Amino acid sequence: MTTLDSAETDGTPLPRRASHSSIRGRLTATILVFGTLALATCVLAPILGTTPISLRRAFDPSIPFEQNVDAQIFFVARLPRVLAGALVGSALAAAGVVFQAMLRNPLATPFTLGVSAGASLGAMLVIVLGGALTFGPLSTVPAASLAGAAAATAVVYWLATRHGHAISTSVLLLAGVTLNSFLSAIIMFVQYLADFAQVYRAARWIMGDLDIGGYDTLIASLPLVLVAFVLFALLPSSLNLLSVGKDAAAARGVDVSQAQRLAFFSASLATAAAVSLAGPIGFVGIVVPHLVRLMVGVDHRIVLPASALFGAAFLVACDLVARTILAPVEIPVGIVTAMIGGPFFLWLLVHKS
Amino acid sequence: MASRAQKLTALVAILLALLLPGAPSAQNRTDGPAPRRIVSLVPSITEMLFAIGAGPQVVAVSSYDEFPPEVKALPKVGALLDPDTERILTLRPDLIAVYGSQSELEKQLERAHLRTFSYRHGGIATTLDTIRDIGVASGHRREADDLVSSLQGRLDAVRERVKVRPRPRVLLVFERQPGTLRELYASGGVGFLHEMLEMAGGTNVFADVARESVQPSLETLLARAPDVILEVRASGLIEKARSDEPDVWSTLSSIPAVKNRRVHLLKGDYLVVPGPRLAMATEAFAHALHPEAFK
Repeated sequence: MTTLDSAETDGTPLPRRASHSSIRGRLTATILVFGTLALATCVLAPILGTTPISLRRAFDPSIPFEQNVDAQIFFVARLPRVLAGALVGSALAAAGVVFQAMLRNPLATPFTLGVSAGASLGAMLVIVLGGALTFGPLSTVPAASLAGAAAATAVVYWLATRHGHAISTSVLLLAGVTLNSFLSAIIMFVQYLADFAQVYRAARWIMGDLDIGGYDTLIASLPLVLVAFVLFALLPSSLNLLSVGKDAAAARGVDVSQAQRLAFFSASLATAAAVSLAGPIGFVGIVVPHLVRLMVGVDHRIVLPASALFGAAFLVACDLVARTILAPVEIPVGIVTAMIGGPFFLWLLVHKS
Repeated sequence: MASRAQKLTALVAILLALLLPGAPSAQNRTDGPAPRRIVSLVPSITEMLFAIGAGPQVVAVSSYDEFPPEVKALPKVGALLDPDTERILTLRPDLIAVYGSQSELEKQLERAHLRTFSYRHGGIATTLDTIRDIGVASGHRREADDLVSSLQGRLDAVRERVKVRPRPRVLLVFERQPGTLRELYASGGVGFLHEMLEMAGGTNVFADVARESVQPSLETLLARAPDVILEVRASGLIEKARSDEPDVWSTLSSIPAVKNRRVHLLKGDYLVVPGPRLAMATEAFAHALHPEAFK
């Protein structure tokens, strides 16, 4: 699990099994607080922006949409962005929690096991090989990155289960990290063969971007994220035990290999969906879980939903900064998540300990 | 592969022009014996050399060079990031045109006592000055001066022609992801693209941004509400994906350019190379912005 946690959990056996009613109370309170925060951010963000818009005009059905600038700014430029930010932020943050618990490593991120490198390679190939591969009105970049993520996940899983039935977390981690470097090398090779403009666009893709300008890609990735979240809902208790250790978990009656598989595939699915939608936006998947743990403790029954909600609020807020602070020029949102998330995390770390 | 190669040249030229800091060249005006073996690592300089009659002196060009067609037969000796110093030296050149950021290469060549001509992309004035400078450096001062005055004449003619016309507010897009409006780059208020646009009788909607390229959000595009959108394409990707193009902009239907069907796609690498063909590019911009002025 996390450094913070493992420091605590190594000494004390387990996050204490709270009684059913007390955990339910804490869960309700957490969801209420973090849910309100996420909701408030998502309601506020589309209202704010560089262009002053009139909400009354934006929602006035008597003005044809084609001529309604306010409505287009609200519904085309801002709302899809905010929704994408919420979806991606919550998927990455939750996936971060799951990977950190499952790998028992505080430095684990949704991108540790090569999912994002696979996605990036897929996107890169389409950007460089280009137009011949585009079909219809949809760009193939998201589809290709999704395929890349799936391929990378499959390879890592195959390697980690090569010897025996259960996933070996150490092999998983090593294979993932190695695959990451290997794929990064291929990405560099592809970029080296590409021309300047393609390299520039590829680099921009890697920085992450939520300005999706429509609902098609959002709707395409929504089912994936939903499936991942349904699976996440099954995980928290076994994550609590897994994060202490396989043997401890097995001793308490957890089907370790099944729990690991579930954790691995659900988190990979969430990550793949997020990355294919918005590129690999860094920092959300590592900082949000830690921040949330500092605030609510280590019980995954609380941490997981809280991280999902806080991740949404965090990324939407970061994107608001990204699109307004240097307007009309935009900062890649991945830079903002790092610049805000890093210092904030360090500050919390120092103040809490 | 011709279209891919062409695309390469053009895109490299745009990116060189837009991503690298520009500054007028200094200390290039040295009158000496005319060089007989010139190596050009900059496509726009190659174009200038051929346009002023120094083509026969050019012995090698960069790997991105595609224009004029004569360069296809010449050896390629690397480019901006990967100049092949060894091959350059074995060609025994007596003048090497390098880009301003290739200071390491320049130092190396100076150590070998070779003359260099250093250049950085800038606006139209820089391009015209560079033509004069390379004319002096290559021993074609008169031809260069003639070329500059003819280009100036053509530019003045364009300006004269559109002078009385109302100036539309224009968004000049030079790069984006095919089939979507993501990763879109537009011309800011600095550089030759911006200057050509203004000369062609348009007002750049990003004239206030003191950068050569802008990556605007969709919100900014909607808010800036251009009357005309010029998409400049150096052939290649977008051209192939043309069938889905109208849909791309239709999501932003409140933009006057989209509403009034004034999204123009201009193709060709001449549009994005700051060289002797910039008058042609300016004319193409003017034709798109003010078709009635050219009837």
